[in-house]
Amino acid sequence: MDTIIETINVTKSFDGHEAVSDVSLKVSKNELKSIIGPNGAGKTTLFNLLSGQLKPTAGEVLLSGEHVTSLSPTYRTRKGIGRSFQITNVFPNLTCFENVRLAVQSKEGVYYNMLSHFTSHKKINDLAHEVLSTVLLDSKAEELAKNLAHGEQRKLEIAMLLALDTEVLLLDEPTAGMSIEEVPKILEVIKQIKETQNRTILLIEHKMDMVLDLSDSITVMFNGALLADGKPEEIMANEQVQTAYLGGLYNESS
Amino acid sequence: MDAIINITINGLATGMLIFLLAAGLTLIFGLMDVLNFAHGALFLWGAYAGIWVFTQTDSYLLGVFAAVIIGILLGYLLERYIILPVYGNHIRQIMITLGAMLVLGELVKVVWGPNVMIANTPAILSGSWEFSGILIIKYRLFVIFVGLLVFLGLLFLLNRTKLGLVVRAGVMDKEMVQALGINIRKVFLGVFILGAAMAGLAGILLGPYTGVVYAEMGLEFGLLAFIVVIIGGMGSVVGSAVAALLVGILGSFASYYLPDISLAVNMLLMLIVLIFKPSGLMGTKEAVK
Repeated sequence: MDTIIETINVTKSFDGHEAVSDVSLKVSKNELKSIIGPNGAGKTTLFNLLSGQLKPTAGEVLLSGEHVTSLSPTYRTRKGIGRSFQITNVFPNLTCFENVRLAVQSKEGVYYNMLSHFTSHKKINDLAHEVLSTVLLDSKAEELAKNLAHGEQRKLEIAMLLALDTEVLLLDEPTAGMSIEEVPKILEVIKQIKETQNRTILLIEHKMDMVLDLSDSITVMFNGALLADGKPEEIMANEQVQTAYLGGLYNESS
Repeated sequence: MDAIINITINGLATGMLIFLLAAGLTLIFGLMDVLNFAHGALFLWGAYAGIWVFTQTDSYLLGVFAAVIIGILLGYLLERYIILPVYGNHIRQIMITLGAMLVLGELVKVVWGPNVMIANTPAILSGSWEFSGILIIKYRLFVIFVGLLVFLGLLFLLNRTKLGLVVRAGVMDKEMVQALGINIRKVFLGVFILGAAMAGLAGILLGPYTGVVYAEMGLEFGLLAFIVVIIGGMGSVVGSAVAALLVGILGSFASYYLPDISLAVNMLLMLIVLIFKPSGLMGTKEAVK
C-alpha cells in the first residue's frame, strides 16, 4: 500500500528535553492509525510536527513522498493535512454553518472572488450543509457555536476538518472531555468517515476499546520514542507494550 | 433648542470622523494584535494631500480620490516595511509606529510648509439649511452621511462576504484560521489597507469641516481613535461606531457647557467603561491582560 505520511528520524527537544525522539513512522493511504501512549509520551507533539505547528529539531516529515518539513501549517493544510486539537477549537461567535462555511471556502480558494456575497455560491453552501449532516449537526446549523454542548462542538470541529477535504485527518483525542453518552455518537461519526475509504485518519486516543475496534493499525509511544507499531492484535500481544502501557492502564481501570 | 441640536450634529459629525479612523484601528488590533500608533499619520496625509489636490484642481471629488490613494499607498508601505518586521512584539510596535507617526508628521511640514493649510468648503456643500429658525450647516450633514455610508458598507463587508467571514473568525482566533489553510497575513494586509483608505478619507472630510488642517492633528485624532477603540471593544466595528458617536457628542457638549474639562471627558468615559466592562462596550478581548 502507498505511504502517505512518513517521518524520518524526527526529534523535537524543548530545552534539552526530548519530547519526541528519533521517531520513524509510516502511515499508509486510507488507513486508520491510532497513536496511543501514556500522558507525556509525545503524542500531541508528534501531531504538531506532522501538522507544522512545530518544526522538528532534527529529521524530516514527508507527505506523499514530498518533503514538507519547512512548510507552515497553512501550506500543509492546503497540501492535504488537516488536524483537530485536543482543546476544542471552533469560532464561538459564528454559527455552525458559518464555521463550516469558512472551512469550505478555504478549500475552494479564499482569494477567488473575495467580495462576493458568501451565500451566493449555492455549491459551497450545499457542501457545508452536507458536511454538517455527516456529523449529525444539520439541525443546529444556525446556532452559535458557543451555545452547543461540548460533544456537539467536537462534532462541529470534525465537520470543519471534513470540509477542508484534506486527504489526511489528524484527530487529537476527539472524545476528550466528553460525557459518556456523547462518546458513541462521535465514534459513529468517525466510523462513517472511515467507511468512505478515501481518508487517512490518524487518531490520538486514550480509550483503548474504541481504538481496538476502529483501527487498522496502532502505534504505541512511550517517553517520546516509538515503542511498537502494528495491527491491533499484535499490539495486544506485545509484551513490552503490556508492561509499559496497557498493563498499567488496565490495572488503573480495574 | 437651537444650540442643543447644533451641538448634537457637531458631535455626530466629529464622531463619524473619529469612527472612520477607529474602524480601521480596531480591525487591525482585533485581527493581528497590532498596535498601530501611526494610524493618525495616514489621516494627516490624507487631509493634506486631499486638500492640496482640491485647492489645485478645484475638484473636491479629485481631492477625496487623492486622499484615499495616499492613504492606501502609505498604508501598504507602513504594513510591509514598518509593521511586518516587528510583528508579534507590542513594545517594538509602539516604538516604531510612534516614530513613524512623528516622522510622517514632520514630513508634512517639509512638503507643505509649517503653516496651517486653509481648507475651503466645496461650493455644492457650503452654506446651510434653515428649519424653523434652526440653522444646520450642510457640510456637517454631509460628513455624517458619508460616515453612515462607510459604516453600512463595513457591516455588509463583515457580515455578508467571504472576506468578512474570515475577518470575523480571525478576530476570534487567528491560529485557528491559519489551521484551516487560510493565509491570514494576506487578509491582514488587505484589512490594513482598507483601514488606511478610511483614515485618508477621514482626513479630507475633516478639512472643510474645521476650515484648516495642521500637522499636529494626526497625533490628536490618532489618540482619540485609540480611546474609541478601547471604549468600543477591540475588534468590534459596531462597538467602535457606538463609542465614536458617544465620544463625539460628549466632547462637543462638554466643550460648549464645560470647556474646562472637555479634554478630560473622553478619558473619564474610557475610565468608567473600563471599570465596569474591561473588554469594552462590545469587545470580547480584555484590553488589559
